[in-house]
Amino acid sequence: MTPRPPLHLALALDGAGWHPAAWREPRARTAELFDARYWTDLVQEAERGLLDFVTIEDSLGLQSDRFDGPDARTDRVRGRLDAVLIAARVAPLTSRIGLVPSIVAGHTEPFHISKAIATLDYVSSGRAGVRVRAGTGGAEADLFGRRTIPGIAAADLERPEVVALITELFDEAADYVEVVRRLWDSWEDDAEIRDVATGRFVDRDKLHYIDFAGRWFSVRGPSIVPRPPQGQPPVTVLGHGTVPYRLGARQGDVVYVTPRDADDARRIVEEIRAEQDAAGRGGETVHVFADLVVHLADSAAQAADNRARLDEWAGEPQVSDALIVAGTPGELADLLLDWQPAGLSGFRLRPAAIPHDLEGITRGLVGELQSRGAFRTAYEATTLRGLLGLPRPANRYAAAAAAAAAV
Amino acid sequence: MSRPTKQIHLAAHFPGVNNTTVWSDPAAGSQIEFSSFAHLARAAERAKFDFFFLAEGLRLREQNGRIHDLDVVGRPDTFTVLAAIAAVTERLGLAGTINSTFNEPYEVARQFASLDHLSAGRAAWNVVTSWDAFTGENFRRGGYLAEQDRYERARRFLHTAWELFDSWHGDEIVADKDTGQFLREPRPGTFAHHDDFFDISGQFNVPRSPQGRPVIFQAGDSEAGREFAASSADAIFSRHSTFEDGQAFYADIKGRLAKFGRRPDQLVVLPAATFVLGDTDAEARERAEVIRHQQVSGATAILFAEQLWNRDLSAYDPDGPVPEVDPLPGENTISKGRASVRMFDDRLATARRWRELGEAKKLSLREVVIEVTGRQSFIGSAATVAETINRFVQQDASDGFILVPHIVPGGLDEFADQVVPLLQERGVFRAEYTGTTLREHLGLELPG
Repeated sequence: MTPRPPLHLALALDGAGWHPAAWREPRARTAELFDARYWTDLVQEAERGLLDFVTIEDSLGLQSDRFDGPDARTDRVRGRLDAVLIAARVAPLTSRIGLVPSIVAGHTEPFHISKAIATLDYVSSGRAGVRVRAGTGGAEADLFGRRTIPGIAAADLERPEVVALITELFDEAADYVEVVRRLWDSWEDDAEIRDVATGRFVDRDKLHYIDFAGRWFSVRGPSIVPRPPQGQPPVTVLGHGTVPYRLGARQGDVVYVTPRDADDARRIVEEIRAEQDAAGRGGETVHVFADLVVHLADSAAQAADNRARLDEWAGEPQVSDALIVAGTPGELADLLLDWQPAGLSGFRLRPAAIPHDLEGITRGLVGELQSRGAFRTAYEATTLRGLLGLPRPANRYAAAAAAAAAV
Repeated sequence: MSRPTKQIHLAAHFPGVNNTTVWSDPAAGSQIEFSSFAHLARAAERAKFDFFFLAEGLRLREQNGRIHDLDVVGRPDTFTVLAAIAAVTERLGLAGTINSTFNEPYEVARQFASLDHLSAGRAAWNVVTSWDAFTGENFRRGGYLAEQDRYERARRFLHTAWELFDSWHGDEIVADKDTGQFLREPRPGTFAHHDDFFDISGQFNVPRSPQGRPVIFQAGDSEAGREFAASSADAIFSRHSTFEDGQAFYADIKGRLAKFGRRPDQLVVLPAATFVLGDTDAEARERAEVIRHQQVSGATAILFAEQLWNRDLSAYDPDGPVPEVDPLPGENTISKGRASVRMFDDRLATARRWRELGEAKKLSLREVVIEVTGRQSFIGSAATVAETINRFVQQDASDGFILVPHIVPGGLDEFADQVVPLLQERGVFRAEYTGTTLREHLGLELPG
């Protein structure tokens, strides 16, 4: 019998938790959602649980239950801080856990994001990643006022012109990640030479123009930030269908998906693998993580009660793109290990209420998995790539220069 | 009646990508590792400085069409490193230089409001402009902005950002767990701004931050830059660090405030300044000479001369005389990505002065460059430097200084340990922080 591959666990952080009424829980730190101390405590708790990384949700506009703009609700958490800055603020106060903020590709500059994530990698000593969201139109575009992109209503997602628009937005995101990645490689690792004899700080032959020219933007380079410690911080993408799967297959290291069961997971993984082959990345590691919203308690009945109480406060059952699971840590461990053979490398868990369900993961689920030999008992690497089993990649420009020299 | 004694403001500038940063010294550490930033910031906080300051440039400099390799190259992203420094300091202000040309107000406002929350009220924004197509090649829009429009865009950008900061008033979040009401009103942060530069609307998504708005710095020195500072800035980062020059600038800038309905104490004037300490004044002068030679190598001297001459001088010997050939007139084409090239107003006359100086004092080209460029502001024993700084401030050559050490990361340590206690003894610099926000450190009011 072959040994079970390592299971990876990520924690998705958003406000007071993923249930819309989570902020009303007695233990919810609702008054601290915009304080550094809150975010530091959450990530440190995740690190005590030996989790691979945390993701930090973000959006350019105000949170909304609607797809196409603000919803004017007053009963839910609204307002948030920039996720890259939260990650950077937490980085010096943690030492092993990966930090993966969300960014929105559609309206921001790839040059700025590339240097921000490279810098996050420096301030965390190699623990940065990034979750890339494609831009959306409508209200989000109006915040920047630079482009007119129609808003997309949830009901229109299947219409051909909407599918075409979404495909374009994700193609732009793919170009965006290409620029971000080239900029990370635009300095070779040994470009800084500090050669006192010749007075040269850098060997400029080891700095590279990236000269990207695409449909949406052109970027010359090189970056102003030297190559980050990991070389290429992991790029992650959430997807619910072929278009985002393709972005993950072309440019990602981790794809988060939302299967309903193990068979669904198997089908999704196969689709991503096919997209990977089509993108010429068949031999490369692209992890697929399943997203789950989790309610955890010592008994299944208590977990169900917790969920019911939150739903009652919200006035309706929670609706989520990801499967909502309520149960004991042992039951959740069973589910993860049951789904894992479908081709999943791991899971990104969305705690329904923070801190309750976060602690259910770090203090309950992790122990259950460890007792079954399915999860690490100590961090085995110091970088996020290391935790994900990704080797430090060669620099594309150094490799090209070496190949040219060999001719 | 004697005038009241002014309290001095001091800040630490992380040594940047100019030749003033000596990377060749054995004590010079990393310009990019976080430990260097943490070291300098902690030294500044130990000394009760007002704030830490970061410059920024959005394209690597070039000379003769090649990436300039003689000075420090490379630096971190401003927002990201300031947020990390917030984790290793408690009171120190965090000032970041952010360009108003290759950014958008909504995103920059989000980032500064977030930094202000995450630092509990310590954020500051040094608003700079650029217009060049050279930098634009790294961005979506390319070189879209005409030079004469850059301050107008900066002014509109800043005022748009203020509208966003002010779009939340501070009382929107109720978060009543019993009633289930999170927001007092359904549409917090609503804004709409339309002018020639920006056409944006929606709801801002960061609640009002501890300082309301970050402290605003302005660094430009042109007429337009001074007007911008007088109308809109809380503090000005100037180049005028000599006594007479400082007094003239101080009087000029403070004199501009009244027409904008502002009082003199609503704009803090902080020139950049360098320093060299020694056990005696003589020893400090000797150290200063050594540092000047480290800062201006022969290759760097040629490069400086090329910026003035606007032509290739690589065939000249830096240890020989100042070149006899005249500078090329017209737009500077030899050096890209640096602000200083615009400083040479009259190239022919400046070159003639350099030649005359070289002949009169029997100086080589390198020695002339050492003589005419960037002499250290304060050279002397700790007592001399403390006395000089205090005199400058009390006699209105400035309200304090943004100190630029010449070496990373330990360049501020001596100043913190030797000069600051003397200023504290004189009662002209805080012995402990009395406030928690940068606005409090600088004596600035909270915006309404």
